Amino acid sequence: MATIVELPIYSFEGLVDPDWCPGCGDFGVLKSVKMAAAKAGVAPKDLVIVSGIGCSSNLPGYVHAYGVHSLHGRSVAVATGIKLANTSLKVVMTGGDGDGYGIGIGHFIHAMRRNLDLTYVVMDNQIYGLTTGQASPTTMKGQRTKSTPLGNVELPINPLALALVSGATYVARGYSAEPNHLADLIAGGIQHKGFALIDVFSPCVTYNKVNTFAYFKKRVYKLEAEKGYDSNNVSAAMERSAEWGDRIPIGLLYKDEQPTYEDSERVFQKGPLTQQPLRADKAVFQSLIDENL
Amino acid sequence: MSDVVVGIGGAAGDGIDKSAETVAKTASRSGLHAYGFNSYQSVIRGGHIWLRLRMGQEKVHSHGDHTHALIALNQDSIERHAPEIESGGAILFNADKLRINIPVRDNVLTVPLPIAELTKPLGAIQPVMQNTVALGALIFLLDFDFDVASSVLADTFAHKGQGVIDQNVGVLKAGYNYARERFVPLGHKWNFTRKRRPYLTGNEALSIGAVAAGCKFYSAYPMTPASGILTWMAEHSERCGVVVKQMEDELAVANAAIGAGYAGVRSMCGTSGGGFALMTEAIGMAGMIEAPVVFVEVQRGGPSTGIPTKTEQADLNQVYGASQGDFPRIIIAPKDTRDCFDSAVEAFNLAEKYQCPVIIITDLLLSEHPETVEPEYFSADVPIDRGEMVSGWKNGNGAFKRYAFTKSGISPRTIPGTADTLYIAATDDHDEEGVLISDVFCNAAIRRKISEKRMKKMDLALRDLPAPQIEGRADADVTLIGWGSTEGVIREAVQQLNASGTRTNQLHFKYLLPFHGKEANEILKRAKRTICVEQNATGQFARHLRAETGHSVSDQILKYDGEPFEPAQISAQVRAIVAGQPRSLDVTESEAREIAYHYVRVHLNDEFRPGRVQKAAGNGLGEALWKIDVVTREGGEKRGELQVGVETGSTYSWQPVR
Repeated sequence: MATIVELPIYSFEGLVDPDWCPGCGDFGVLKSVKMAAAKAGVAPKDLVIVSGIGCSSNLPGYVHAYGVHSLHGRSVAVATGIKLANTSLKVVMTGGDGDGYGIGIGHFIHAMRRNLDLTYVVMDNQIYGLTTGQASPTTMKGQRTKSTPLGNVELPINPLALALVSGATYVARGYSAEPNHLADLIAGGIQHKGFALIDVFSPCVTYNKVNTFAYFKKRVYKLEAEKGYDSNNVSAAMERSAEWGDRIPIGLLYKDEQPTYEDSERVFQKGPLTQQPLRADKAVFQSLIDENL
Repeated sequence: MSDVVVGIGGAAGDGIDKSAETVAKTASRSGLHAYGFNSYQSVIRGGHIWLRLRMGQEKVHSHGDHTHALIALNQDSIERHAPEIESGGAILFNADKLRINIPVRDNVLTVPLPIAELTKPLGAIQPVMQNTVALGALIFLLDFDFDVASSVLADTFAHKGQGVIDQNVGVLKAGYNYARERFVPLGHKWNFTRKRRPYLTGNEALSIGAVAAGCKFYSAYPMTPASGILTWMAEHSERCGVVVKQMEDELAVANAAIGAGYAGVRSMCGTSGGGFALMTEAIGMAGMIEAPVVFVEVQRGGPSTGIPTKTEQADLNQVYGASQGDFPRIIIAPKDTRDCFDSAVEAFNLAEKYQCPVIIITDLLLSEHPETVEPEYFSADVPIDRGEMVSGWKNGNGAFKRYAFTKSGISPRTIPGTADTLYIAATDDHDEEGVLISDVFCNAAIRRKISEKRMKKMDLALRDLPAPQIEGRADADVTLIGWGSTEGVIREAVQQLNASGTRTNQLHFKYLLPFHGKEANEILKRAKRTICVEQNATGQFARHLRAETGHSVSDQILKYDGEPFEPAQISAQVRAIVAGQPRSLDVTESEAREIAYHYVRVHLNDEFRPGRVQKAAGNGLGEALWKIDVVTREGGEKRGELQVGVETGSTYSWQPVR
């Protein structure tokens, strides 16, 4: 394995500063993403950050790297194309719960079952913030929002359990108020070969008055500190993924080494597509015509 | 007779496609031209399949107007098609199971094949090999070379071993000898030049063009009639170095293709109208982030799920209007199979040169029908132009200007992994460096200039593309206008019209956007009578032509029944228009028969068939009626009468005979 040369965090300093609300949880996530890339030793030119649409999806603009600030819900699909086009790139998706678990959930599930070598950081604030406070797929049952004035009647998505049953090979949860811990989880995801989900509690200080920093501060605990917790045990991970209430786990729930989608693609045996010759081989081309004679 | 049309009728699962391919390749290996069209249905078994294969000494551009030889694989096909066979033609069928139970034209040869007896010496055969007996007899009747036909079978079954080849060739020979001992050939005189031409579909030609152009990524979700590209690409993926990704839906398909294009490979995705509707938001994204991607829209009959296995040209409005906002896009409508190859190559070059989405719009007819193409048209040495792709950024003053405001509108492009050119491709509007000018930090001046920068690329692209030209005589009284796949059939209609004294020429459009409005207008100003021929119900192209040129066409010939134009259908309508005859949308006699077939299938369990069809007064229903005898399939005895409105096509009543 190649030696990892850590980079200074300022290598990833973006062109402009975030325009998030003061106190937004996403600031912590932004810091952790940069720390993680530095820790994982990914050169900015080899890092592509792909987001969808939403407050948190503005993140690529604040990092010095390549990136696509794509359409609402489509970051995973765009990232799939980028990764398959150039497997030598490190591709990280960032976005929110509405983007990833609502409008984009189809791509999320399918990317996991493919075990593509992608890292997905979801800033989960359990609300639609950019559109000023409607219920999201992770809004808790009963919560009043602008679109559910009488209380949300739907059950929230459980992203960790969904990832575990969908074939993700690295499933973690972080908390934006714990940036060092979160950076370790994201760096682990970047270094992991396969699909990594890092769901992050990233409170919306403006529109979610329930799931606040105070709410999480007294509930979250770190799995790393739990004696005997085995992140290779999918049943144990499933059990922890369902834990919600007085105690909510953060940390690495599950990790497994499995062949990636890229490993099984025979065309990659000749290297990344961007480095393969553009023109068709003449003999191959002739055979394409001849098979129709 | 310089060409011949063979019709093969049967049910899905009867092996009709393979049989037709054997005949077509026998013709093409002998040096003839071939064109096949399979009018099939969206069922895997059953239904009615009607495949026509036209073969000629000269290039043929459609499946033609007449059928000269019928291979009937079931009774239904005899009942439906035996009466259409031209005098001098032949009807071939399995005499063990089928019989001619319907009047046929004079001087039509009936060839009842005793399949069991003929194949007995060859051991147990598959039921589908009844087709091969008929093919053998047909090869004799058409005066084709038996050895060429057997070489086609040998190649077809090469993967199954010599035993299977020998059996098939033996069966073919049995049919050939049976015909030779009893009949004389139908009288076609061929000059077998032995020039071998590939026989392939538009989907195949387009895929080969994409590979030649350096396509490295193809994504799709299965959808008829675009699936042929997906399966071709999947089958040739490793050999051609193309990563083929079937995604979960067309949203993913389009977005993944854009991701690959952004990352620096030549990228394409394909679908039909419904899938394209799902892709539209992403197409606007490709325009906004200036990612080069080729989108293929293979039209089928719409709206909605529509008629999935039938052809139409009714998605033009959709490709013109795909996605919100103004952005540059290029739309190309290939005119024939060969042009599918060329258009794919052009599309990749245009996409990279102008850093924008390019849409290739074809249709079921063009994408799925096979035809012979001159082999020299296909070359691996196609032009490749990657546009303003740069390997670095020397400026040093500030960040890389991925979206630099240039006079041409084209900005330098790099791919991720390049040092010093890091940028974010944003779907929010942005400045030269890719920094957002949306929401909090909107900037009207930058917005105006970047919008102009993007759209300027269209002016340049227009100058890059060849303008439309008149084909044919300058002294024409009628100019037939078309776009896309109808070029060949309109060309044949023009020939028919000129031969019968109506001076006609042709104006055909391949580049639909940007549009040569000025050049088109110069031509149209001089035309005496313009008739737009389109395979849709509302004349979508005629409307765009009016928008771009101010020219309103004199008349329109529209077809939207799902079946492709035949040349005589066009020429007859042109003559009627020129003669000032009133146009009618009334149900024709043959359509009345089709409606009766539908009724018999749905309500009478296919036990009967339509017989005599007569027009009658409306009898209080407010319109004239078609009275269709419904008769027994065996004896033709009348069992009832169906009444269908001549104007509305409504099925009014079914009266059983007491």
